[in-house]
Amino acid sequence: MLKVVEQRLTLTDSQLAYIDELKTHYPHGKQKSALLPVLNFVQELNQNWLSTPVMDQVAELLNIKPIEVYEVATFYSMYNLKPVGKYLLEVCRTGPCMIVGSDTIIEYIKQKLQIEEGETTADGMFTLKCVECLGACGYAPMMQVGHHYHEHLTKEKIDTLLMDFRIKATSLN
Amino acid sequence: MATTKLLLANAHLPGIKSYEVYRKNGGYTSVEKTLNQIKDPNSIVEEVKVSGLRGRGGAGFPTGMKWSFIDKRSGKPRYLVVNADESEPGTFKDRYLMEFLPHLMLEGIIVSSYALEAHVCYIYIRGEYRWIHDIVEQAIKEAYAAGWLGKNILGSGFSLDCYVQTGAGAYICGEETALIESLEGNRGNPRIKPPFPAISGVWGNPTVVNNVETIAAVVPIINMGGAEYAKIGVGKSTGTKLISACGNINKPGVYEIAMGITCDEFVYSDEYCGGIKNNKEFKACVPGGSSVPILPKELFFKTASGSDRLMTYESLAEGGFTTGSSLGSGGFIVYDEEQCIVRNTWNFARFYHHESCGQCSPCREGTGWMKKILHSLEHGKGKIEDIDLLWDIQRKIEGNTICPLGDAAAWPVAAAIRHFRHEFEYHVTHAHKVFDADHVYQPLGV
Repeated sequence: MLKVVEQRLTLTDSQLAYIDELKTHYPHGKQKSALLPVLNFVQELNQNWLSTPVMDQVAELLNIKPIEVYEVATFYSMYNLKPVGKYLLEVCRTGPCMIVGSDTIIEYIKQKLQIEEGETTADGMFTLKCVECLGACGYAPMMQVGHHYHEHLTKEKIDTLLMDFRIKATSLN
Repeated sequence: MATTKLLLANAHLPGIKSYEVYRKNGGYTSVEKTLNQIKDPNSIVEEVKVSGLRGRGGAGFPTGMKWSFIDKRSGKPRYLVVNADESEPGTFKDRYLMEFLPHLMLEGIIVSSYALEAHVCYIYIRGEYRWIHDIVEQAIKEAYAAGWLGKNILGSGFSLDCYVQTGAGAYICGEETALIESLEGNRGNPRIKPPFPAISGVWGNPTVVNNVETIAAVVPIINMGGAEYAKIGVGKSTGTKLISACGNINKPGVYEIAMGITCDEFVYSDEYCGGIKNNKEFKACVPGGSSVPILPKELFFKTASGSDRLMTYESLAEGGFTTGSSLGSGGFIVYDEEQCIVRNTWNFARFYHHESCGQCSPCREGTGWMKKILHSLEHGKGKIEDIDLLWDIQRKIEGNTICPLGDAAAWPVAAAIRHFRHEFEYHVTHAHKVFDADHVYQPLGV
């Protein structure tokens, strides 16, 4: 099951140092510019989503108002405002992917995992998200999982990938 | 025509990603030439003007002219921002450049910053390109270590710091003022212009925003001289252009072309797209990213006046939007005979609705209306008068918004109706045929 932890993060010294280093990229007083990089960073530390306590914590770290963080977090598509599965499957469905079969891939994942778009499997392992163009049009159909692009997708490739993710998740536990 | 490769010539060399290999193969010579020989920043600007280089992100604005607008008199700090927020559907060339030749981009950044007398550069990379972010950061580290970035580069007294800035998923941030807003830690809402970024950009300071490929092209321009560069290509389309080819073709990928080859050669030559996949017929092409008008076969290979259509800014635009299109970003999408234009237009309309920042009513509302009408048409629930309604909506979006996203949403719809009206009509008159009877029609939620 999906464990939902809605609390502030305990950041290590090196994590705090990383955030401080990001702030040095901008002139004095313009540390708000670090907002997107910091949100990207803490989202990964927080099981890939942004809870209100975490966003408030970011506001404190950057000395800005919480509303400034919420404004940004609700604008950009990579921020997950509710918990997601261990593996977030982001399948591109825009034109160039569609004309070479992304619809089939999406349907196959839905059927295989018994979930609809935006839903998470009961074991908390996978969430399916359909996204717009990820810049892999020549290697379509494709999906992003974490930092990685998986391209030239076929049903067989989906089978292998999902199995690999499950094995990886079990071995990590 | 002989292959001319100015950017990708070394892309396939093993290890070219690393500083060592890049440098051994002639890397960073344009920086040496700039700092040791040319010296005068304004001469670099002039050289780029002479080259005829035009912005490779899609708008095609002359780069040298853009640079000459930067305010050097107010004494405010100046910034170079590299637009690596590549998100235009069909476009994946900057990703390729950064993945395989990160040092080429950095080399271009150093020369360009010197020309602009900027001492800080931000490379704004779309958040999804996470592994590219790592590659570029590594290249930056190497460049600092070798003395190409940092203080007093090559003893010239010129200093430059370079940082990667990540996005977080928003097509609109490819628009330069939205990108600047995002860089400042805000929502990507485009700004009203003027003032242009050259006067008031990042934190109100003079800023130039250039596409990755534009910045990379500065390297060969300085190495060979602007006049030599301008000899490649045709008319005002000088130099080479990266084309990212995708869709129903045999060889999707990123190709560097000397501008001026025919569209026919690009589609059918084995050097490039290699023809249509599965021996199907060519139906249509979107030659410059999803925003530019789709062209049917008869208007793609030949212009309305009957001459060969060339891969240049001018030739692709010949006939205006009535019978022409645009080179745009070089996102080249090919459709075979089996593709449904209505479905594709619906898909693009959904994309633009999803990506509209919501500031301007015509775009925020209009893209949603277009999406819903196209959804009904595609799913066999449309009426014949919907086609005129769509036409009416797109006309009311175009030109009525702060930024070009509204236009970008309107143009594909207009072109699809203009050239493929019969397909839209067929979806109404033969709804039972195009509509999959097993699929229960679900009206879209608002």
